[in-house]
Amino acid sequence: MSRYLTTRFVQSLLVLAIMSFAIYGLMGLMPGDPIDLMISANPEITSEDAARLRALYGLDRPILERYGNWLQAALTGDFGYSRVHKQPVVDLLLPALGSTARLLGLSLLLSIAIALPVGILAAARPYSRLDYAINLVAFAGISVPVFWLGLLLIMLFSVILGVLPAGGTETPGGGGFWDQLRHLVLPVATLTLASVGGHTRYVRASMAETLRQDYIRTARAKGIGWRRVLWRHALRNALIPVVTILALDFGFLFSGALVTETIFAYPGMGKMIYDAIMGNDFNLALIALMLATLVTLVGNLLADLAYAWLDPRVTYK
Amino acid sequence: MSGATASGQSGWALARRRFRRHRLAMASAAVLVILAVLSISAPLVAYLLDLDPAAVDLFNRFQGPSPAHPLGTDELGRDVLVRLLYGGRVSLLVGITAALVASVIGTAVGLLAGYYGGRLDALLMRLTDGIIALPLLPLLIVLAAVDLAKIGVPAAIADSESVSLYRIIIIVALAGWTTVARLVRGAALTLRERDFVDAAHGMGAGALRIMGIHILPNLVSPIIVATTLSVGNIILLESVLSFLGLGIQPPIPSWGNMLTNAQELIWSAPALAFYPGILIFVTVIAFNFLGDGLQDALDPKAMER
Repeated sequence: MSRYLTTRFVQSLLVLAIMSFAIYGLMGLMPGDPIDLMISANPEITSEDAARLRALYGLDRPILERYGNWLQAALTGDFGYSRVHKQPVVDLLLPALGSTARLLGLSLLLSIAIALPVGILAAARPYSRLDYAINLVAFAGISVPVFWLGLLLIMLFSVILGVLPAGGTETPGGGGFWDQLRHLVLPVATLTLASVGGHTRYVRASMAETLRQDYIRTARAKGIGWRRVLWRHALRNALIPVVTILALDFGFLFSGALVTETIFAYPGMGKMIYDAIMGNDFNLALIALMLATLVTLVGNLLADLAYAWLDPRVTYK
Repeated sequence: MSGATASGQSGWALARRRFRRHRLAMASAAVLVILAVLSISAPLVAYLLDLDPAAVDLFNRFQGPSPAHPLGTDELGRDVLVRLLYGGRVSLLVGITAALVASVIGTAVGLLAGYYGGRLDALLMRLTDGIIALPLLPLLIVLAAVDLAKIGVPAAIADSESVSLYRIIIIVALAGWTTVARLVRGAALTLRERDFVDAAHGMGAGALRIMGIHILPNLVSPIIVATTLSVGNIILLESVLSFLGLGIQPPIPSWGNMLTNAQELIWSAPALAFYPGILIFVTVIAFNFLGDGLQDALDPKAMER
């Protein structure tokens, strides 16, 4: 187990290192560079000045050398400043990470709370009308564009009914806990609806697979009631693959969060990355992307561990 | 399976019969054919209605449906119906082309991993898993924002109007090949152990020949299913990137970029936010049902959906 843990840990570090170089390289391919941006802000800068500035900031060095310098600084905890916000990147990212964690956490909880009973219900009566209907709705869930779903919810609840705010985190001037909660309703609903279809299908597939096992037939043959077999015997085993898939789904969920945050002007990581790239705030985008990758990798690692912990048959050597 | 007893029928005929029983998939196929025909005939519709998808008419903005503009006009006075049809061409073209490209990449990766196994398999599958697990959308946004001149694309191409079309096809294909790769790899792994592969080996066939002539034809069903299923995902990806302003660039209309301004206009012109979205939704769900139906038809052992 510990050897496996070490291997996986090293692997994750390797992926992170590769991704950091890839993202660093990609940032260099964005239109313009920091000096171009300075020039556009200050037309007095001559081309000699620009060349001198490039040399000063090391922008004329080969990419490997620049990456090396950046990595050295990053490893000592120096992540640099945001060009747009004029603040250390870390000061911006930590609150955004908290906001996204709140949005993702609530949506994931709600989605699972819906998907579990619904998926089990569908699997318990395969090919019934109920199963058919659930499948149809789940398919609709995985096929709807997240941003359009958000727009529809805004249209219904903010424009037509006028009961919920269309974006932001609180009424200007501060509105207290309930006000903040009201602002969370539509983003959380959007992200939940966008993921619950897929989750329901996972639960149904896993449960249906478990119900085909011999030990379920044995339990039934011994005269144990259907309900008890379903909830006591099948559920626990059916949940094992679901847990891993949920964790592996984290990258997808984060993508959904980016769209949701952008639409609802919710100040999370996704919106921060999007705004940073659109606003040529390369350093912020770089660190934010790496943080998102890191969080995802940790999620995957935890999923592997949870798998071994939940299923005693799995022993990693 | 009652059909299995019918003698003298080819596997494909059986599959066809099973597919026809899948009513949702049949209906989806019909919907997709209608959408494709309408999109392809967009210039014809524009000609018949005497409308131009790019014609700006600032005196007739936000018009409701009328005989001249069956679905009304948008914020620049352009005809919504004709733009939806032209947008359909783009979305379907991107979705299907990118899915095909993704499917070729995925098949190659899956075949190599499944056939050779061992270290190569481990490496390729780690790569696939890694890509699946990444937060894809932010990374695709970065890829979509890359300055083409900096990676040596000639200015003539980089500045052309249709470059956003090719760029988006490549980007979403790079993200979309993993499903196919996994399915193909799994199937290739079992096929490799079959006797006919041993026989081919014994007769002196090389690895390429065995993969291409003996294994690949047996993978047609899973490849078709996975490709169909990924069209839906790819259309979703294209639409969200276009919506965010990083995919198909105006003036080329796509269902995604037609929604870019919809949020600001949602108070004044909600219909503009509705039409493109419902078309994306219908197209994607149709491809998903189609893939589901094909799976049941082509792979009866996996009746579990």
